[in-house]
Amino acid sequence: MIFRRRADLPFDHDAAAAFLPAMIAMMVFLAALALSGALVLDNLLTRWNRDIKGTLTVQVIPSDSNPRSKVTAQRVEKTIRILEETPGVIRARALTATELTALIEPWLGDTDLIADLPLPLLIDVVISDTRPPDLAQLSAHLKAEVKGASVDDHRVWLFRVIRLADGLEMLAKAVMTMVTLAAAIAVVFATRAGMAIHRQSIEILHLVGARDGYIARQYALRALFLGTEGAAIGFGIAAPILLGLGSMAKTLEGGLLAEVGLSPSHWAILGMVPVVATLLAMAAAFLTVLKTLSRML
Amino acid sequence: MKTDRLRSGRQDAADAAIMRFDNVGLRYGQGTEVLQDISLALAPGSFHFLTGDSGAGKSSLLSLMCLARRPTRGRIEMFGIDATRMSHTMLPRVRRRIGVVFQDFRLLDHLTTLDNVALPLRVAGVRESEIARHVPELLHWVGLGDSLKIKPPFLSGGEKQRIAIARAVINRPDLLLADEPTGNVDDRIAQRLMHLFIELNRLGTTVVIATHNEPLIRRFGFPRLHLRDGGVECLDSETWPDPAEMPP
Repeated sequence: MIFRRRADLPFDHDAAAAFLPAMIAMMVFLAALALSGALVLDNLLTRWNRDIKGTLTVQVIPSDSNPRSKVTAQRVEKTIRILEETPGVIRARALTATELTALIEPWLGDTDLIADLPLPLLIDVVISDTRPPDLAQLSAHLKAEVKGASVDDHRVWLFRVIRLADGLEMLAKAVMTMVTLAAAIAVVFATRAGMAIHRQSIEILHLVGARDGYIARQYALRALFLGTEGAAIGFGIAAPILLGLGSMAKTLEGGLLAEVGLSPSHWAILGMVPVVATLLAMAAAFLTVLKTLSRML
Repeated sequence: MKTDRLRSGRQDAADAAIMRFDNVGLRYGQGTEVLQDISLALAPGSFHFLTGDSGAGKSSLLSLMCLARRPTRGRIEMFGIDATRMSHTMLPRVRRRIGVVFQDFRLLDHLTTLDNVALPLRVAGVRESEIARHVPELLHWVGLGDSLKIKPPFLSGGEKQRIAIARAVINRPDLLLADEPTGNVDDRIAQRLMHLFIELNRLGTTVVIATHNEPLIRRFGFPRLHLRDGGVECLDSETWPDPAEMPP
């Protein structure tokens, strides 16, 4: 035991509480992993959302490889009309030839060759931030209605990944909630078992005039000590694992996973897990004792 | 049903009784009543022995007096407060005015002698500096000055009994209840403890001592509450039964 102090109740002989540090260590370990997962996903989601938020690009393949043909112009017009009729689309505008050339110039340089290339025509679409269109549905609709028209594939894929990540983040939060509940229930049962064991001692304390709060504080302090011990162990195991995973993620260095590591602010939040777990154990023990004692004389 | 109305001391003192029982009955579970129609009133500063055969209900009556149980029926008033309807939050305040010596001592084995005796002071929020001053002093007085740091399992029955007594009197209670407090000590210690009780009584503590020790009762001559057939009667020294008729 990390801390020792004089307690009026014989906690040292309390077998019911002996498993509590191990239980809290496991809960803190799981909660730290789940929370770090949620934080990393939240980080990625913020970045990905930023990438797809507000704008969208639709490309139209020129008919007969001629961007200036009448058919190509009709396809672009029809695409813009469909886009403007789509809920969630605020504005759609075809990029001019000059703008298209400007996009290619950084790679090919300032050359007349660009004008002869059968470049796809691009339509810049401004979409609602709050109620964006269903990109998968829009993509399918455009494909069916306009030959050679398609929504930027990368964004459609990213949109699906975001939905998946959203689900995973919710799952991580659900795991955290369940772990928190499980920890609280474990403390409640350990406290009740301890109270049954120490019933006679509690009666003595009552008879010498102890208030329920006095007895409950002793159990809360006990839970604080046991909780601190368990939380330190749990976080001590989780931290190196998370550091290792972070290092492994950094080696990926991909465009999508560049921010997969935990930032100092994330570590600060993760550092709250053992503190919250300990405080939760304390509160659960305190309230359990108060409730149980209220039924005793 | 037997009804014995008890009046200890003068009528006016009884009206301002520190403890009053009105037609109190107690049963355990669905069993028969171990105490029936107990009516009594103890004047502040009175001293009584509680007597009766084994199984007459002395410990049950003491458990009602120290608010360890609620009666099955009837009304108990402690320090002018209706104890049968007393709220859970009010109980500790009243219990702090009562010192109890249990027959089985009820000490906390994991605590030292000093900590056991200090318990009523600690739960009342008394400063540690005061505890460190008063508790050793009292323990020296009851002959346990050398056992401050020893835990009850390593002490004799008589020593445990003196710890229990010291714990009961450390906060100068208004009411002292003792169940066979001299049962495990020799005559010299018994006399010393009785003088402690009498001294407390002189300082205003109302004392009720349950005992079988006839010589002790006769030596000190205080009135007795005698339990018989589930009821209680008050006997002064002139109406005490012949010792030959009393249980050993």
